[in-house]
Amino acid sequence: MAQNGKPKVAFFDFACCEGCQLTVIDSLQTHLELVEAVEIVQFREAMTEKGEDYLVAFIEGSCTRKEDEARLKEIREQAAIVVALGACAHTGGINALKNIQPSLQGVREYVYADKWEWYDTYPARPISAVIEVDAVIPGCPIDRFEFLDVVKKVLLGKKPSIPDYPLCVECKLKENVCIFDKGGTCMGPITRAGCDAICPTFGNGCEGCRGLIPHPNTNSMEDVLAKAGLTVEQLIAKKTMFNAYDPAQIEGSS
Amino acid sequence: MTNVNVNVHHLTRVEGHGNIVVDVKNGELVKCELQIVEAPRFFEAMLRGRPYDEASHITSRICGICATGHAMASLRATENALGVEISEQTKLLRKLVFHGEIIDSHVLHVYMLVAPDFFGVGSVLPLAASHPEVVLRALRIKKLSGDLCAMVSGRHTHPIAMTVGGFTHLPSIPEMLAMKERLVAAREDLDETIALLQTLPWPQFERETEYVSLKKDDEYAFIDGVVATTDGFTYELDDYRKVTNETCKPHSTAKHTRHNRESYMVGALARFNNNYEQLHPRAKAAAEALGMKPPVTNSFLNSAAQAIEIVHCVQDSIRIIDELVDRGIEEQALYEFQGKGGEGVGSCDVPRGILFHNYVIDDEGLIQGANCIIPTNQNYANMEADMRALVPQILDQPQEKITHLMEMLIRAYDPCISCSTHLLNVEFV
Repeated sequence: MAQNGKPKVAFFDFACCEGCQLTVIDSLQTHLELVEAVEIVQFREAMTEKGEDYLVAFIEGSCTRKEDEARLKEIREQAAIVVALGACAHTGGINALKNIQPSLQGVREYVYADKWEWYDTYPARPISAVIEVDAVIPGCPIDRFEFLDVVKKVLLGKKPSIPDYPLCVECKLKENVCIFDKGGTCMGPITRAGCDAICPTFGNGCEGCRGLIPHPNTNSMEDVLAKAGLTVEQLIAKKTMFNAYDPAQIEGSS
Repeated sequence: MTNVNVNVHHLTRVEGHGNIVVDVKNGELVKCELQIVEAPRFFEAMLRGRPYDEASHITSRICGICATGHAMASLRATENALGVEISEQTKLLRKLVFHGEIIDSHVLHVYMLVAPDFFGVGSVLPLAASHPEVVLRALRIKKLSGDLCAMVSGRHTHPIAMTVGGFTHLPSIPEMLAMKERLVAAREDLDETIALLQTLPWPQFERETEYVSLKKDDEYAFIDGVVATTDGFTYELDDYRKVTNETCKPHSTAKHTRHNRESYMVGALARFNNNYEQLHPRAKAAAEALGMKPPVTNSFLNSAAQAIEIVHCVQDSIRIIDELVDRGIEEQALYEFQGKGGEGVGSCDVPRGILFHNYVIDDEGLIQGANCIIPTNQNYANMEADMRALVPQILDQPQEKITHLMEMLIRAYDPCISCSTHLLNVEFV
């Protein structure tokens, strides 16, 4: 706790696009009082000062190198509360697409040719594969209002709750015409709500960036997608875009 | 004789992770490097085997700040590969959302990443208490640009409604008229921004280099065009490799690019130097207020060129909205895959400079190959050349000041290190 009684927070990032941290900065547009409620002691993208005595750590990005595990563990040791910020940290996100290519070696050589050994990497994984995580803010990127809500709950010592029901509920509440009825496809029936169904609202089927609901009916989802005329490749693509990570991909890796 | 040792680990207030290392022994520059330590993500490999219509959604995730720029270059590469024609309405909407991103990215850079150095603070946060009007202004402009992007594509960071051949959702006339009012009202904030920049003590530094950007006949180029350089060369987009000439350096694992000289620069300053004549008159007036007329060869002034572009983009957005309202917005059919693949190059001049996406798509509509050449990638050689030129000029200053100037120099380029997925220097002992 800072001397002024404000909890100390820090932001960290691993393999990511920093879009979630940028969304945090953008949340100041409507909630500048956030900087009064907490003391930000480390936020590399936005500030020079680097404090190490933080209470709450927000982590964006996936773990994609052995050397990143040590840094994650250090953060876990220091912070009382670790929050996974965004899809990359939560589920592996887009980064896990690398894991489903025919071979990791092939991936490394395709991008770096004969210099492939210079760039260390292993199958991408969520941070929960390395350290214990106390709360999650899903999405690619996060929804800024969900971020503010989770921060408020964390500061009040409450357990944040994010929806366990699928996007379809939000689409229905908004009276959106269902994407399937428009001739498209959408992962909404098995994806976690909380984004206010933003993609279907803008005419694009849900891509599953917030991760799947508990007990998703994946078989039914596949049937629905197949009936909509998708080829096998397209079906697999829909299922894996943001949800390619499978713990089995990292079993036995060093 | 002077010994200087600058070792900045994980440079702050830039996007991504980089280290600055400068070593001077007995007055002689022994080592001068910008080491990139960002985790590689392998985007080009990730795209292989994916349906063509996912490309822009996947590649926007290369970067949170230039998400719309990547999506745009991706769409143009896909459309060029598949021979997709886009309507005038689509072109106008795309220019509008692109302007939104330019404004958004530039205001972040100028106010939140660069300005703190001039105010002598570590971040924009203390300025919220000491200079609230400055911070509120920055947040206002950023909100405006974010809302502009959201109006057209649903969201700035990772756009939603842009797709191959058009848009899955269209803004309404009332929405656009309301946005236009806000853009017009923003002129006051922009005047204040230019006035602020006029008071800042920009470091004095000159180094001639080649400036590379897109160029078009009819407007200040951001999307499509030809590649033009201030040394007088022009290339069709398909010949982009003749400009970039990526090579590995023995001393560095980062790929560098070069064209006519040892390095070249891309970004706002490059666009300013190439296409100044096509800036909106208000932007030219801003340039005059800042004492800038091409050729400008002080890399620190890249941030000033960005402010000039903010003025231009706000004005041009107003013009585009007027045109769209005049024409009316109509639902247009989206592209359907024709069963024939191809290869295509798409290029945009995103906030940080010229970006190339190059895809090979097969007859099943799946991506077989991808190459992305990132603007920051193209700036690394120029950054190091600037560092090598600047260090001897400031050797008489205290080490802290030298370190700070090195940091400011790299920040001036507005590097987007996450984007430069090729550029990795894992260990440099």
